[in-house]
Amino acid sequence: MTVLSNLINGISLGSIYAIIALGYTMVYGIAKMLNFAHGDVIMVGGYMAFCAMTYLGWGVLPGILLAVIICTVLGVVVEKLAYKPLRSAPSLAVLITAIGVSYFLQNTALLIWGSDPKVFSSVVSLPSLKLFDGQLSISGVTQVTVISCVIIMTALVLFTSKTKIGKAMRAVSEDKGAAQLMGINVNSTISVTFAIGSGLAALAGVLLCSAYPTLMPTTGSMPGIKAFTAAVFGGIGSIPGAMVGGILLGIIEIFGKAYISTQLSDAIVFAVLIVVLLVKPTGLLGKPINEKV
Amino acid sequence: MLKVNDINVYYGSIHAIKGVSFEVKEGEIVTLIGANGAGKSTTLNTVSGLLDSTTGDIEFMGKSLKGIAPHKIVGMGLAQVPEGRRVFQNMTVQENLEMGAYTRRTSEVKDSLQDVFQRFPRLYERRKQVSGTLSGGEQQMLAMGRAMMSKPKLLMLDEPSMGLAPILVEQIFDIVKELNSAGTTILLVEQNAQMALSIADRGYVLETGKVVLSATSAELLENDAVKKAYLGG
Repeated sequence: MTVLSNLINGISLGSIYAIIALGYTMVYGIAKMLNFAHGDVIMVGGYMAFCAMTYLGWGVLPGILLAVIICTVLGVVVEKLAYKPLRSAPSLAVLITAIGVSYFLQNTALLIWGSDPKVFSSVVSLPSLKLFDGQLSISGVTQVTVISCVIIMTALVLFTSKTKIGKAMRAVSEDKGAAQLMGINVNSTISVTFAIGSGLAALAGVLLCSAYPTLMPTTGSMPGIKAFTAAVFGGIGSIPGAMVGGILLGIIEIFGKAYISTQLSDAIVFAVLIVVLLVKPTGLLGKPINEKV
Repeated sequence: MLKVNDINVYYGSIHAIKGVSFEVKEGEIVTLIGANGAGKSTTLNTVSGLLDSTTGDIEFMGKSLKGIAPHKIVGMGLAQVPEGRRVFQNMTVQENLEMGAYTRRTSEVKDSLQDVFQRFPRLYERRKQVSGTLSGGEQQMLAMGRAMMSKPKLLMLDEPSMGLAPILVEQIFDIVKELNSAGTTILLVEQNAQMALSIADRGYVLETGKVVLSATSAELLENDAVKKAYLGG
């Protein structure tokens, strides 16, 4: 029964990674850049929901909505101010800028909220689900996290395969120049991508803080890096890959913690990544790079 | 219809286009011929707005294209079929065609889709297939169909014959002629000078970023220098 319980915890943690990884993978797919500030948007989302609910006394849904709106705007603004001017710069310059944005967000949070951890009260009031005569208990947060992840994933797949903007995003991710020749505005497509990714990061922040209720300016860093690993693991640029990569990573982490060593669990996660990349450099669901003829 | 006036284009410090001027009148087929690296594709990409010219002007239907974003130029009625076709490999044939009509309202797209499928029955058969699995000739047809979806007044084709078997090249050129007689003005860039001059009204010869010769196709086909350099004799 503990195996099953660990598995469920792994899927739950993995679902959070998957939601964050989506932001990484979509932005990479379209702008061909690694947005290392993505993890810190999670933290901003967490603080926004925290402030709305604790200081302003707002309800859970308005609190989440505020976090999502602010992070969406933040993502678009960061892209406009920091990344857009570097559109034709070497990718190393963009990468370093992203790391700079990450530090900027962390230190701004430190300035506003200080370094003491805030205790985040869970947004989920759902009772635990007891199965097998109470031997297996699935917490409300876990249920909500997994269900949200499935809904988000389905919505995104439908969005990219059915809507005009979604298809344009796929076109831009394949060939920016050709997409422009179709009349697609590449800049606004990139903005939409950042908006979606950052909005999802806010949701992930709220879910993460509900499951692990300490909130600090550095809260987003480690999950951000793990989610980036998940995106690479699943095949960066691929939406289903982010899902698969995220959930597998969560399961590996929890199993590593439970059966091998709590301290080594992160090392195990990254070791698995290295092995996967050695065997399949494009990640689990990544597409092989097309040879140009 | 299209007037390119003394444009200069640089790639970094490389002066790729040196004062090129040419004109395409409504209803014509005009071709730019020249060897690899002569600046043909660079010229087209500058007209499409993907590249900027440092000096000179490009005028389309009486409006300057200077500083206009590439995605807006498409909406003005100027479409390009890029070199190497560049269809969206992971999208289906139908999705590719829909992308071609991106600037138009959804309600108008249906008729255009029908037109393209009528002209290219093969694309209709394969409409649900991922386009990366199409043959080279089919991908060229898709790239042309995709450009037609925006209902362009001027269609620019960049090396449509590249990498295709001679029989397919003839088919593609027949289609270009048909599109022209149906009212689309054509600007054709080709290395295959023989083929290009056989359907074009007029031609310009580009050499290392400059127009060295311009005349009617009949005159160019008879020109000794052209014969020697581009027609294999």
